[in-house]
Amino acid sequence: MTTGMLPALRGHFTSSRAVSLLQRGGAVVALVIACIAGSMRYYAFATPENLLNVLRQNSMLGLVALGMTFVILTGGIDLSVGALLAVSGVIAAMLSKHGSLLALAGGIGAATALGVVNGLLITRARIQPFIVTLAMMIAARGAALAVTSEQSIPASPQASALTWLGRGQLGPVPVPVVLFFLAYAVAWVTLRYTRFGRYVYAVGDSEEAARLMGLPADRLVLATYALSGALAGLAGVVLAGRLGAGQPVAGTGWELDAIAAVVVGGTLLTGGQGGAGATIIGVLLLGVIFNLFNLEGTISPWWQWVLRGTFLMGVVIIQGRLQRRARSH
Amino acid sequence: MAQSLGLDPSVPPARPARQWKPRAGISAYAALGALLVLVIGNALFTPNFATSSNLWNVLLQVSTVVLTAVGMTLVIATGGIDLSVGSVMAVAGAVAAVLLPRGVMVAVLAALVVATLMGIVNGSLIAGMRVQPIVVTLATLIAGRGLAQVISHEGELVTISDPAFDVLGRGHLGPVPVQVLIALVAVGIAIFLLRATPFGRYVLASGGNAPAARLAGVPVRRTVITVYAMSAFLAGVAGLVVASRLGASDAAKIGLNMELDAIAAVVVGGTALSGGRATIAGSVVGALIMQVIATSFNMLLVPYAWSLALKALIILVAVYLQRPRRV
Repeated sequence: MTTGMLPALRGHFTSSRAVSLLQRGGAVVALVIACIAGSMRYYAFATPENLLNVLRQNSMLGLVALGMTFVILTGGIDLSVGALLAVSGVIAAMLSKHGSLLALAGGIGAATALGVVNGLLITRARIQPFIVTLAMMIAARGAALAVTSEQSIPASPQASALTWLGRGQLGPVPVPVVLFFLAYAVAWVTLRYTRFGRYVYAVGDSEEAARLMGLPADRLVLATYALSGALAGLAGVVLAGRLGAGQPVAGTGWELDAIAAVVVGGTLLTGGQGGAGATIIGVLLLGVIFNLFNLEGTISPWWQWVLRGTFLMGVVIIQGRLQRRARSH
Repeated sequence: MAQSLGLDPSVPPARPARQWKPRAGISAYAALGALLVLVIGNALFTPNFATSSNLWNVLLQVSTVVLTAVGMTLVIATGGIDLSVGSVMAVAGAVAAVLLPRGVMVAVLAALVVATLMGIVNGSLIAGMRVQPIVVTLATLIAGRGLAQVISHEGELVTISDPAFDVLGRGHLGPVPVQVLIALVAVGIAIFLLRATPFGRYVLASGGNAPAARLAGVPVRRTVITVYAMSAFLAGVAGLVVASRLGASDAAKIGLNMELDAIAAVVVGGTALSGGRATIAGSVVGALIMQVIATSFNMLLVPYAWSLALKALIILVAVYLQRPRRV
């Protein structure tokens, strides 16, 4: 009987491995196809300027999506990132006359603190992440609008480091792009090789089991929301540096874009599966597709919205199918 | 705010408490009490609040939120969420505005059919493909907003001038605005469906424990699809009302952030996001609480932004008071 079970077991391994490869590789394959198609169809696509431009335009969303990845890996969600980004940018712009250091620390610090508030409400008061971060999104956006009287706050020219973050170059590469890759590299190593990273996956897989094993689940969840706030704050100061102003309406709707990028990359919303590598692919895939829409030039922005929604839907349907097949084997 | 409110025996309960979920009754009282305190406080301290024109105005403003919140209550009762209601409103408004030259009946029917279809797509993907509701309806939110723009001639403002269509958003029956009546009818039907029909039982069963409901012979899949279709239909009606009120279909603005208002109303009203429970009357009270706050802040010239902060606080407090007590 044992010999009879072996082939079935082997079949289970190969098919589930193939499925998980597809799930992870699907976005990579799509990205490669999009890039090849782009360079064949448009001369302007595969130029360093265009590619760097795509990276620069998506670097700030990429930072936000990275924070979202950590939160989603633990099985949560953070709807407040767009609003925290605005708070950070506004505070940085207001503090910029006192120097860059204060501006950066104030902006990122405020967003991190609000992320901690999210985490505390979720872990201590036991309110669902969806509701906590929804309320934070409304409140933080309100605060950003109220403090600025709904006006854009110009950044002081004295804050040279703030401007450099948004507009500077390291050789040919824009600073936001360097930050983007640096953040993903650190996150990738953290998730893969540190205790914190292991714990994030453990809590996302089963919070109850992680807790019973003695993992500090609450502290861990709190840390992911703080991290999400901090990365949204970083994106906020970079954007403020780039625009030369802190705008209270900045980042509106970015939470949706970030969730879309995370999901498209292959991180499951149920938690425990995915990672920084998946999200960077998701961000780049969505960025390249938009770049192609723009190069095509005939697709109106409205049709782009329709295609975007349909694309997101298609990806999650395929993901769901693969996942169910993996489970049924 | 809610702690200071005792159970006032003179206040009729919004719904009778059943012995197997006593807390539902308490939260209905709490929300209703909070609303009464808000209204009385405003009547005393906000100039011109307690005038009939202002109170009608509150009801008029709240009617579209109530329409979407009724659908959202049903969706949340099945354990789901519908982020697409605002975009569905925009699509319905756009379809109606474009088709209005062919007659009011055609325009209204087509708009409601398209809206309902969007809901059926949501529901089929959620129930059939088992994709999470938040992702499916997020995708419809994005695609729907674009679709509304495409339909209204690539983002143009389509003006509406049709006396029959104007009735929806600007007509009155006696002193009562037509849109308030529409919202009342929707509320009545939803309460009847939830309380007195097998469908209502199915909704609560699907949200309470879907596998158990399935084993017990509840048509979970059909129920879920129906609920999303109803949510989208009601959003479609709300979209028509707003388009008629504005006298134009503004694809960028109609229903923007309505999903948040609807979810806030449902949550403040006492329907748990975890599913398996629903109080339509509570959602109406929740919508009224939010509207009274917005209106009174507006009248007291408090910046709009601060009313957002208070809204957020109220949502949190409401959910905190209703959180599941497990030791």
